[in-house]
Amino acid sequence: MAILVNTETRLLVQGITGRDGSFHTKEMIQYGTNVVGGVTPGKGGLFLEGHDGQQIPIFDTMEEAVRETAANSTVVYVPPAFAAGAMEEAIDSGVDLVVAITEGVPVLEMSRIHAFAKDRGVRILGPNCPGVISPGKAKVGIIPDQIVVPGPVGVISRSGTLTYEAVINLTRAGLGQTSCVGIGGDPLIGTSFIDCLELFKSDHETQVIVMIGEIGGTDEQEAAKWISQHLRIPVVGFIAGQTAPPGRQMGHAGAIISGSSGTADEKTKCFEENGIRVAARPIDIVRLVKESLDR
Amino acid sequence: MDIHEYQAKEILRENGIPVPPGEIAKNSDQAVSIAKNYEFTVVVKAQVHSGGRGKAGGVKLAKTQDDVRKAADDILGMSISGHKVNEVLVTPAEDIDTEAYLGILIDRETQSPVIVVCAEGGIDIEEVAVNNPNSIHKLSIDPRYGLFRHQAYGLARILYQEKDLVKQAVSIIEQLYQAFISSGASMVEINPLISTPTGDVKAIDAKMSIDDSELFKHPKLQSYRDVQAEPWAETMAREAGLSYVKLDGNVGCCVNGAGLAMATMDLVKYYGGDPANFLDIGGSSNPQKVVAALKIITSDPNVEVILFNIFGGITRCDDVAKGIVDALKEIEIKSPIIIRLTGTNEAEGLEILSSAGLSAFTSMDDVVEQAVSETTK
Repeated sequence: MAILVNTETRLLVQGITGRDGSFHTKEMIQYGTNVVGGVTPGKGGLFLEGHDGQQIPIFDTMEEAVRETAANSTVVYVPPAFAAGAMEEAIDSGVDLVVAITEGVPVLEMSRIHAFAKDRGVRILGPNCPGVISPGKAKVGIIPDQIVVPGPVGVISRSGTLTYEAVINLTRAGLGQTSCVGIGGDPLIGTSFIDCLELFKSDHETQVIVMIGEIGGTDEQEAAKWISQHLRIPVVGFIAGQTAPPGRQMGHAGAIISGSSGTADEKTKCFEENGIRVAARPIDIVRLVKESLDR
Repeated sequence: MDIHEYQAKEILRENGIPVPPGEIAKNSDQAVSIAKNYEFTVVVKAQVHSGGRGKAGGVKLAKTQDDVRKAADDILGMSISGHKVNEVLVTPAEDIDTEAYLGILIDRETQSPVIVVCAEGGIDIEEVAVNNPNSIHKLSIDPRYGLFRHQAYGLARILYQEKDLVKQAVSIIEQLYQAFISSGASMVEINPLISTPTGDVKAIDAKMSIDDSELFKHPKLQSYRDVQAEPWAETMAREAGLSYVKLDGNVGCCVNGAGLAMATMDLVKYYGGDPANFLDIGGSSNPQKVVAALKIITSDPNVEVILFNIFGGITRCDDVAKGIVDALKEIEIKSPIIIRLTGTNEAEGLEILSSAGLSAFTSMDDVVEQAVSETTK
């Protein structure tokens, strides 16, 4: 099994003709993801050619694309100025999952979009996230697929390359993954740590979860409390930003320590109080995962 | 992006909120000539992106022209939590009856704008939050519908009892919400919101931050950026599309991705070193970005070693390698450069490095340990 994406995923790509969109569409197809179509307004009727010569149909609107392809998921590579509109259209189109890769979507626009998505029962992953990969099944987004292999570890993270760092260490140690999810570095994201933990909870193949957090906000603390109350699967944690100064935004719009809250120390302490073992270095995640599996 | 008090007040005024007049002076002569337009007493206020201006001596009352000159001379050029004061706001002092707090910010938990009011204003709201949390009232607003009149009325009644003050506060709360939304703010704060003995409600101090992602919609707000107030390296980083924060250590860090960049700094510390900066070269891999990154890192005199930690995904290792080689031709770099390069186009990247006589590690721990060992302490 896996979470969020699998062999049942029927994927549309919004912004399929853009530089990033077309490149990653080909990568996703090559990995075996069932990409059923794409949307770029004004490019309807054209096709994108995959590595093996597959012809992926392009539509002008999401409504038309969903009607013609019976897609259930979409991934958004649209530039920031148009990404909010693309997400609104996606939520309205009848898909269940919207994966938003775009970085730099205005926070106020995301506030409206998250409210709209909740009303419609549509899940948004991101924005400003690397997407999700279920090794051997499907990849939606930009996570490099050569670093993953199937196995028993579920990975949830706020960041991109730090997730890759953790995952490649696991893979090298022979510890494969059920799904690796990047939830995004923005202050307002559609799928939280807790949402992913709930999904992993009902995934019978996931035997241990790696949760990679960072400074800013209280999502990690809330997730830690949820874990101690609801989850039997062991969780290994890591928090980035031990050396980050307060009041300064560290790249991710959400990564900022305000006042005394959201520090790495506070998060680490909260993890430990709730039975989550915290790795001091990314490489230590491997040892803690092994120990959790051996118990 | 933080903006100055006088800029925030300009936005409030445009939205109809009563704000006392005031003008900006860059020297004491200007300050005196501005003060002449007002009745004394006036206030001379440092314009810096930092709280605690009052405690630092950056806000002074002046009863005469000589006072104004002295206050401006004292404040201009002073440093408030590391920020140099280049401008002062000269504004008439107000008679104050009561002081309240009114703010709006984006709440991560409810994923919506939240209006915060407190009848005790004029002091540090975070202190109030600790000492008297029940006096702070929060109301989350559904951004699709905006602020309803009855919501503004309910909040205004927390601040004031007297009918006329409540009425003024309702307007101010509505206007502030309008200002927040129309400028794409992530935070706006009036502290204090005062009532005067003559029964007027006014904003006498204001703070505002604009969401960087909204700036492309607001050319006027872009011009509010105070490039003088930020270090040269940060201006250069922003223009090159990098994100950079200077720290106090001696290990210069250049990483792709914010999470990995933070984890790299933490690992430097773990191995007994001290990071000189946070630097994320971002997702796309333009060799020119790497050149800019190296110029920024080497402009910091504390840097003794430069550490690259690159995990190629969208970023291609060959582009980064090319950037490093280009930079070495363009600028003189005395510090050793210790590189970790893995992921997309790794082999191509390593070849570019080796043809320039450089080598790379593949593990993050190895590269960080090596970089720390190159420093003097």
